[in-house]
Amino acid sequence: MYTRTLTVLAAALLATGCAPKNTSLYHWGNYEGVVHDMYLKPGEAPAQTQIDKITRDIQESQAQGKRVAPGLYAHLGMMYAAEGQSAQARESLLKEKQLYPESTVLIDTLLKNQQGSH
Amino acid sequence: MLNHVKLVLLTVAALILAGCNQQQVKYDYAAFENSRPKSILVIPPVNNSIEVNASYIFLSTISRPLAEKGYYVFPVAVIEQFMRNNGLQDPAEMNSIPLDKINEHIGPDAILYVSIENWGQKYEVFDSRTIVDSNWRLIDAKTGQQIWDGTAKGQYSSNDNNQNGLIGMLVGAVINQIAGSVSDNTPMLSQQVNQGTVFNSHNGLLNGPYLKPDTDS
Repeated sequence: MYTRTLTVLAAALLATGCAPKNTSLYHWGNYEGVVHDMYLKPGEAPAQTQIDKITRDIQESQAQGKRVAPGLYAHLGMMYAAEGQSAQARESLLKEKQLYPESTVLIDTLLKNQQGSH
Repeated sequence: MLNHVKLVLLTVAALILAGCNQQQVKYDYAAFENSRPKSILVIPPVNNSIEVNASYIFLSTISRPLAEKGYYVFPVAVIEQFMRNNGLQDPAEMNSIPLDKINEHIGPDAILYVSIENWGQKYEVFDSRTIVDSNWRLIDAKTGQQIWDGTAKGQYSSNDNNQNGLIGMLVGAVINQIAGSVSDNTPMLSQQVNQGTVFNSHNGLLNGPYLKPDTDS
């Protein structure tokens, strides 16, 4: 009888100690593929395509009730800037900063550079 | 009865040791604990392999595990482009930026420096192998002190899922080479290996602030 309890206990220990948790904090969608393609298959990753994919990822995150993953809004902002859409670029960068205050120094630098280029 | 209990306990201990304790030596987290970073800047890796795209494949697979471990990860492509716009042409140059410049313009708590040692797909007569191998150093951005280090090393062989016969080996190598010619296996392997390094329960990263303590493993 003891043996059985111990076995169950052992199974529980193993399950909590080793099994990988399946609860991800964020919905990543296409982000990794977008970064991969912009360097390795640039022909398949023009700015507008990246904007479309990242925008969809952000919408899907929100639909799942998850916080948008670090970097997504900043990446979106970079692509808007590449398309010459500076108002949307600025708005996206500010969203990154609002959601993740850790990005403040970087975002302020990017915004300053963006202003400087006009 | 007592013998039974002993046997089960021993089996449990053996199982736990075999399943989880890959390394017996406890990693020293004192410097990490002291630094307690909330955000991590990943510098595009120095590439010592012959695969020219290794740094960028790596970059595309590093944000997710670090963020899921609870850290704010600076947007890798934005950072790469920002550095490029400021005259740094390649990862080797990006790895030599002085800390004060990084702190002034980016402001991370910690910086991850990576060197890639071996990377790519190799085709041999009976086997095709995919290899990723990188060394990581995490630095406190304020003090420059190293607070953690790790390796992310792995390989996938086309023989891994095969029956042992010679025909099976040949078929496996062919199928994998065809698949390999249309899609590179390194991003997938890099994803898995990076995840394993960050989440390693003995010498991986400590949980960051966005990972709640009750989801700790």
